[in-house]
Amino acid sequence: MNMIEERVSKAREQASEFFRPDQVWPFLVPDQPQQVDVSKQVLLYVEGLNLSFDGFKALNDLNLYINDGELRCLIGANGAGKTTLMDVITGKTQPDSGTVYFGSNINLLDRSEDEIAQLGIGRKFQKPTVFEAQTVFDNLELSLKSNKGVIPTLLARLSPTEIQRIDEVLNIIGLQEQRFMLAGALSHGQKQWLEIGMLLMADPRLLLVDEPVAGMTPQETERTAELLQSLAGERTVIVVEHDMEFVRSIARTVTVLHQGSVLAEGTMDQIQANKDVIEVYLGEDA
Amino acid sequence: MSSLISSIFANRGQPGGRVMPFVMILLVATVLASCLNLFTPEGSALHVSTYTITLLGKYLCYAMLALAVDVIWGYCGILSLGHGAFFALGGYAMGMYLMRQIGDRGVYGNPILPDFMVFLDWQELPWFWLGMDQFWFAMIMVILVPGILAYVFGFLAFRSRVTGVYLSIMTQALTYALMLAFFRNEMGFGGNNGLTDFKDILGFDLQSDTTRIVLFLITAALLSVALVTSHWIMNSRMGKVILAVRDSESRARFIGYKTETYKVWLFVYSAVIAAVAGALYVPQVGIINPGEFSPINSIEVVIWVAVGGRGTLIGAVVGALLVNYAKTRFTAILPEGWLFMLGALFVLVTLYLPKGLMGLYGQLKDKFSGPSGPSSANDRKTSDTAEGASA
Ligand SMILES: Nc1ncnc2c1ncn2[C@@H]1O[C@H](COP(=O)(O)OP(=O)(O)O)[C@@H](O)[C@H]1O
Ligand SMILES: [Mg+2]
Repeated sequence: MNMIEERVSKAREQASEFFRPDQVWPFLVPDQPQQVDVSKQVLLYVEGLNLSFDGFKALNDLNLYINDGELRCLIGANGAGKTTLMDVITGKTQPDSGTVYFGSNINLLDRSEDEIAQLGIGRKFQKPTVFEAQTVFDNLELSLKSNKGVIPTLLARLSPTEIQRIDEVLNIIGLQEQRFMLAGALSHGQKQWLEIGMLLMADPRLLLVDEPVAGMTPQETERTAELLQSLAGERTVIVVEHDMEFVRSIARTVTVLHQGSVLAEGTMDQIQANKDVIEVYLGEDA
Repeated sequence: MSSLISSIFANRGQPGGRVMPFVMILLVATVLASCLNLFTPEGSALHVSTYTITLLGKYLCYAMLALAVDVIWGYCGILSLGHGAFFALGGYAMGMYLMRQIGDRGVYGNPILPDFMVFLDWQELPWFWLGMDQFWFAMIMVILVPGILAYVFGFLAFRSRVTGVYLSIMTQALTYALMLAFFRNEMGFGGNNGLTDFKDILGFDLQSDTTRIVLFLITAALLSVALVTSHWIMNSRMGKVILAVRDSESRARFIGYKTETYKVWLFVYSAVIAAVAGALYVPQVGIINPGEFSPINSIEVVIWVAVGGRGTLIGAVVGALLVNYAKTRFTAILPEGWLFMLGALFVLVTLYLPKGLMGLYGQLKDKFSGPSGPSSANDRKTSDTAEGASA
């Protein structure tokens, strides 16, 4: 009998907690994209990140700070954990421990992929990923910065400013002529640009670009370098790349990853003179 | 006529093709068949028998079910092998209404309890039968019950990111579990025999020609509404998101779409279409039993869609009509052979017609207008100039 009473009073308590007049139910609170706080000039804080896959440490006490407006290159051998780091930042993978902050106020580890994307973090995959069955134009339309809920999307109509924005991006990525082509029919390099264009549509604060020039011709590589450089300043860009010449052509600061943690950081010249880096790279060559 | 047909098949690249001409043909054909039934004398060469009308009405219900599967499979890549469950649930809700309309005209003459309950010695109506004697309430249940089931199932499955074969197996398990449940007498849905011996709907005799014609016309009208609505959805930006989810779900997530939510609502939409189809089916065939939940039924629907061409809406309707016509013909000659036929059909379509009959038109056209049709030549030209420009 006592137990029942206890339960009833507990249920009542829970109910009154649920109906508290001074609070709005979480699902009724309008989603406001939070303003990112960059008063300390740092846009991304990655601290003490650890992640292992079945005992294999893909990330090992990794620390990384990215300044607002910077163009940063991440280099490192295959398997160094570069893609895994991007997975963690964009919410695809949860780390075992560590913190990832966007600005000094937004904890990214609490958020899902789509929420992180809406905060203004865009990601280009290592393998070009575009919606192949749709036109270049539709690919960009889908990437517009807009309300991404089901009903608003169902009723969405392109406004003249949005069309203008799509044209602008088509210009930037040099695909004006292909606007009504199916994305699946584009060349490999064009797909890479389209994917970058899709990120630009959302007007992101931070761009994560995974191996953008893999498989590109030298001319395409050169164009991509120009494109990425033109983006930095206004946006923050992190580029993962193997191609040293490419890195030299774009980067001001380079971070070297090795076995899941940062091995060295500095300008390209400093990096190439760094003893640890030489050892690791020579060791790999041998 | 030929221009009408080619306009239906015309833009096979775009979602949905053009549905309006097709809907027109569908509506004209159903009205024509109805007139020939009502206004020509029996025995005349032009007469369409009531039997044929009922058969066509049944096909149209199947077409609607196929449309539901196409929406979720063709456009979103979710291979549901359990849509028969939503169809059957819609059918049962309608069946319960029809059952209660029998009143005291049953064998046992009980004004409240359907015969099977009297037979089981039940004293009162189970709670879930209450209110089902009201048409409006039953119609709400037709939509609500399958809709909520689809929502809960979709929410659980998509949120835990179950995809591909595992999801298909789960949908099969869903319909199989419901079949076993509905077979039980204690469930209160007539067990093994299901619900049958219906007398009338909204006071109209179910056996009369006019009632049958009206049901047939309503089916055609609702199928048209479903076609047009689905076409509208697929051509909206939401439709583009749905295609995006099908082709690269993670990319869609990383540009900010909560893809689970899209999948859940599309699944609910599709389940509701299937449920309405089931509700229209029951008064026309006169019975609903647990066999409708059988897993093989749901698999058959997928074959209809594959035959017609998935991701085209019209293809699903055409496929369902043709395969079911073939089934009617074939089972009259060799009833046991049908499943083998169906299997062979599926293999042939998968191997030789990956885009189904809707794609066949395009393939034939390309073949007769030379190896590279005008459109593909154009594409090549633009991509060449682009490469030249970027070099
Ligand atoms: N999902 C996973 N399961 C198991 N191991 C993984 C997984 N993802 C990455 N790894 C491993 O983690 C290491 C780092 O991979 P990755 O981040 O892709 O390296 P890269 O620097 O070449 O991008 C590799 O050894 C890879 O095999
Ligand atoms: Mg990688």
